[in-house]
Amino acid sequence: MINLANLNKRTTADIAKRIVQDIPDGAHVNLGIGQPMTISNYLPPDREILLHSENGLLGMGPLAQGDEIDEEIVNAGKQPVTMLPGASIFHHADSFAMIRGGHIDICVLGAFQVSVKGDIANWRTGDPSAIPAVGGAMDLALGAKKLFVMMEHLTKSGKSKLVSECTYPLTALAAVDCIYTDLATIAVTKNGLEAIDWIEGLSFADLCEISGVPMIERKK
Amino acid sequence: MIQKIMPNVAEALRDIADSSTILISGFGGAGLPVFLLDALLEQGAKDLTLASNNAGNQGVGIAKLVAAGRVRKMICSFPRQPESGAFDDLYRQGKIELELVPQGTLAERIRAGGAGIGGFFTPTGFGTDLAKGKECREIDGINYVFEKAIKADYALIKADKGDRWGNLVYHGTGRNFGPIMATAARCTIAQVNQVVELGELDPENVVTPGIFVKRVVLVEGKA
Repeated sequence: MINLANLNKRTTADIAKRIVQDIPDGAHVNLGIGQPMTISNYLPPDREILLHSENGLLGMGPLAQGDEIDEEIVNAGKQPVTMLPGASIFHHADSFAMIRGGHIDICVLGAFQVSVKGDIANWRTGDPSAIPAVGGAMDLALGAKKLFVMMEHLTKSGKSKLVSECTYPLTALAAVDCIYTDLATIAVTKNGLEAIDWIEGLSFADLCEISGVPMIERKK
Repeated sequence: MIQKIMPNVAEALRDIADSSTILISGFGGAGLPVFLLDALLEQGAKDLTLASNNAGNQGVGIAKLVAAGRVRKMICSFPRQPESGAFDDLYRQGKIELELVPQGTLAERIRAGGAGIGGFFTPTGFGTDLAKGKECREIDGINYVFEKAIKADYALIKADKGDRWGNLVYHGTGRNFGPIMATAARCTIAQVNQVVELGELDPENVVTPGIFVKRVVLVEGKA
């Protein structure tokens, strides 16, 4: 198998910028806690992209600094944020009506595993000592019109996070539309996984071998 | 005359009995009715079932009640929080029950409870561990899970301003669960930063109409 140590993997910033390419002007977007939230740093000024925070805010601005900090105005990660002119605040049932009702165009979540059918596992690893906590992951995963996953391609021990069946507890079935990793961008289609782009120095055959699941190559 | 303004927090919580089910607003610290929770600790009610998004963090609010052994059961979406130590320990020892609910399902169960709906079918959680043992149904080609409404004896919520009829407005994302929890309890108690005269709240902008609120109590200081 090819030695990945010799290749320039995509950084978190690279992955974020790659995802931004697929977020159109006018989109209403929810960014999951953790890595996906960093995408907000790369939104281009020439596109109006409205960020939704499931605790009840649409039109979320950057993190609040200094005098801007108001502990009652926070994002889903409970960090103080600013509100853009035109922002709106609403209660939790309305917020999840936006999510479940299919009004959010794109949601980006992290994941432990994604299956070839687009099943996603991202809320617990099954470690019996861990306190189970799900938050809005299950609602977001199947409610948004499109679900993007942002994750490392491999686990720390080198196993592919792309799997034929998720072995971790599921968050949602057949929910993922596109996967963005440090190695590649891969769409979930009705014909299976379809590799869209991948890093230099890696061949399509290498990508398939590393991923350990069947994949087709998108025709350029 | 309608007078829902209470003289102090102790009076506002006077009749909360052991084994009550209580909804508590808040998402992390935002919208958390800290003064009411501290007063509930003083008040002494035990064997409580609490429904809230989190199970307390940083040793404030719900965390104090949990640490004091006053909570029998938590219904929440995200118990794991920074320094949620007391909950974690009691849960691992099997001394506190946890009903884990997806966040949107928690909100909708409360909304349904307040709206006189017995339950509803949601796609959230279908095919996952959180749907185990629940009725499922396919409607127009989509799979749904049946979830029951939540109703409570009390709701403790935080609002920004209130008047003597119980009309409320909120501040920022502190609104979160307040407006729906207010509808789903037999007795809703709101802590407010400011009590205003009738008519001062623009009727167009009242978020929680007073009919949903039984008691309003002014609290002072940052919390």
